Amino acid sequence: MPVVTMREAINQAICEEMRSQPNLVLLGQDIGAYGGTFGVYRGLFEEFGPERVRDGPLCESATVGFGIGLAISGMRAVVELEFMDFATVAMDQIVNQAAKLHYFMGGQLSVPLVIRTPIVSRMGMGPQHSQSFEAWFMHVPGLKIAIPSNAFAAKGLMKTALRDPNPVLFIENVKLYGAKAEVPDEEYLIPFGKVRVLRPGKHVSVVAISGAVPDALAAAEQLQAEGISVEIIDPCSLSPLDTAGLAESLRKTGRMVIAHDAYRTCGVAAEISQRMMEEAFDYLNAPIVRVTGLDVPVPSGHLHTQVVPDEEKIAQTIRQLMNRGDLR
Amino acid sequence: MIAAAGRSVEKLVSLYHRMVMIRAFEEKAIELFGKGLITGSTHPCIGQEAIVVGACSAVEPSDLVLATYRGHGAAIAKGCDPKFLMAELLTRVTGCCKGRGGSMHLCDKEKGFLGTNAIVAAHIPIAGGVALSCKLRTSAQVVLCFFGDGAACEGEFFETLNLSGLWKVPLIFICENNGYAISVPTALSQATPDIADRARGFGIPAVSIDGNDFLEVQAKAGDAVARARQGHGPFMIECKTVRWERHSAFSAGRYENPEEAQRWKKVDPIPRFAHHLLEMGATAEHLSTAEVAARAVIDEAVEFAINSPLPEPRSVYDGIFAEGQRAELP
Repeated sequence: MPVVTMREAINQAICEEMRSQPNLVLLGQDIGAYGGTFGVYRGLFEEFGPERVRDGPLCESATVGFGIGLAISGMRAVVELEFMDFATVAMDQIVNQAAKLHYFMGGQLSVPLVIRTPIVSRMGMGPQHSQSFEAWFMHVPGLKIAIPSNAFAAKGLMKTALRDPNPVLFIENVKLYGAKAEVPDEEYLIPFGKVRVLRPGKHVSVVAISGAVPDALAAAEQLQAEGISVEIIDPCSLSPLDTAGLAESLRKTGRMVIAHDAYRTCGVAAEISQRMMEEAFDYLNAPIVRVTGLDVPVPSGHLHTQVVPDEEKIAQTIRQLMNRGDLR
Repeated sequence: MIAAAGRSVEKLVSLYHRMVMIRAFEEKAIELFGKGLITGSTHPCIGQEAIVVGACSAVEPSDLVLATYRGHGAAIAKGCDPKFLMAELLTRVTGCCKGRGGSMHLCDKEKGFLGTNAIVAAHIPIAGGVALSCKLRTSAQVVLCFFGDGAACEGEFFETLNLSGLWKVPLIFICENNGYAISVPTALSQATPDIADRARGFGIPAVSIDGNDFLEVQAKAGDAVARARQGHGPFMIECKTVRWERHSAFSAGRYENPEEAQRWKKVDPIPRFAHHLLEMGATAEHLSTAEVAARAVIDEAVEFAINSPLPEPRSVYDGIFAEGQRAELP
């Protein structure tokens, strides 16, 4: 089976759908011959030309708005926002328009729009280029959110996104772009709303999101030698969220850690934790704990490593959790 | 009866009928709001009827229109049935948006009316995208985008001027400059007196006209539409007018200078258009027949709306997401 990077896998998914959907158009900045800010679009401009790979000015709000306009009138669009931080500039179009038009127009309009945006949380790019805002969008009814953690998931989820008649926020991670995984030649789709168990385990469930996944996997490997069996779960999509799939893991292990780079307060971990209380409280052997970004602006340069999870923080949290006695 | 410039008087009287329908619709909306039958708010366009009817009379049914929360008139002008619009204002299940859009969110895709929007200027880039879609699909459709002087201060307006000028999309910007953004008069909001100048700054040709002169609006819109259909890109028509009513039926008070309002009422677009029609050969009877018929349509619409059921409470969960394949445009 071919081994490709996540960057290449996303490129393949978009390229294949561009070939089969002549009404699919890409909008964004630096997406032409430049190939996208992080190179995800390499070769697409050359194959599909400037009408369908539309490089444009810096105006995130209108770019998303144009994408919505295309989507409600017989086309399908993918908008690239160069850094997730820049979604702030397009919030109205994402939150008040894309997410809601179908509902408040009584179903007359639908918005088949994919908004791709990368998290750049671990490169020291500072407070305006390092944020993970997935929780904000999870708070908005009407948006779907895919958040793959490797090449295989990314391709299958992107194919699903590109066939969905609804707006999908597709959250990538620059740290993961270069990581390789097996990706089959034959077509496959990965549905939203279904967790992937990346590593089965018995003692503790770790729900890891986006950039936290490799660290969680490494921590699990480390703890295996200490006799702690860690199950790693990737939600794959946050809206819809596979609450049942997460609860199933928790019922098996009795303990849960949730890891993400995003700020702690009102982060995705808080929502997952509450849902687990509602679904599987009686199975908890210890409190659910979070390993998250700190509630501080992400500093530039070296200090940034202080504010995001890493393998050691996750491993240490799991050790402490395993020392908690059975609550029942 | 054949009037100047090839416009038949019969056709023009039917447009007069449409203007009176809008006036009657808005008067009823205010009345029904007062009675508590319309909840939330409602934003009448009384005094601005010539703009929407004039502009929409210059396009084909297959062309596409987007407008603002003050968009009941635009919806009627594009041919939406007042029954389904009024039912929507009363959030009845028979409303054009199944009773979940309300006064500020009207849509009728079959009529090419792609909706009114309650975030000021947010629909302008969406209209730009619709126009880009027309161009990429080589559909020969054009898009009319109505917006106010308030929207002309928002960043998305400028972003869309740039993008639509750059990509030469068939988009007609129609500014309903009614002098007020809620309570703020243009003197306190606009750096230059003519909003049309902003379009020119982006290489988009533009005119500033008297928006209460139906024939002028229709003529300029016709030119802009022909130009856009030939692939020459966007155009902007700034229609100067005035808002007679408060910003919304919900608003705290009246903000207009009363003397100014009186002055504008003297140039009420409806009697003004009637005067033109009489000069063109219509009779007083033609006009009064049209007026009576227009008001009857709206009375029926109100009856229909009031007698329509409210949506089922549990239906709030329906239709958050589209299922399967989306419907294509007609």
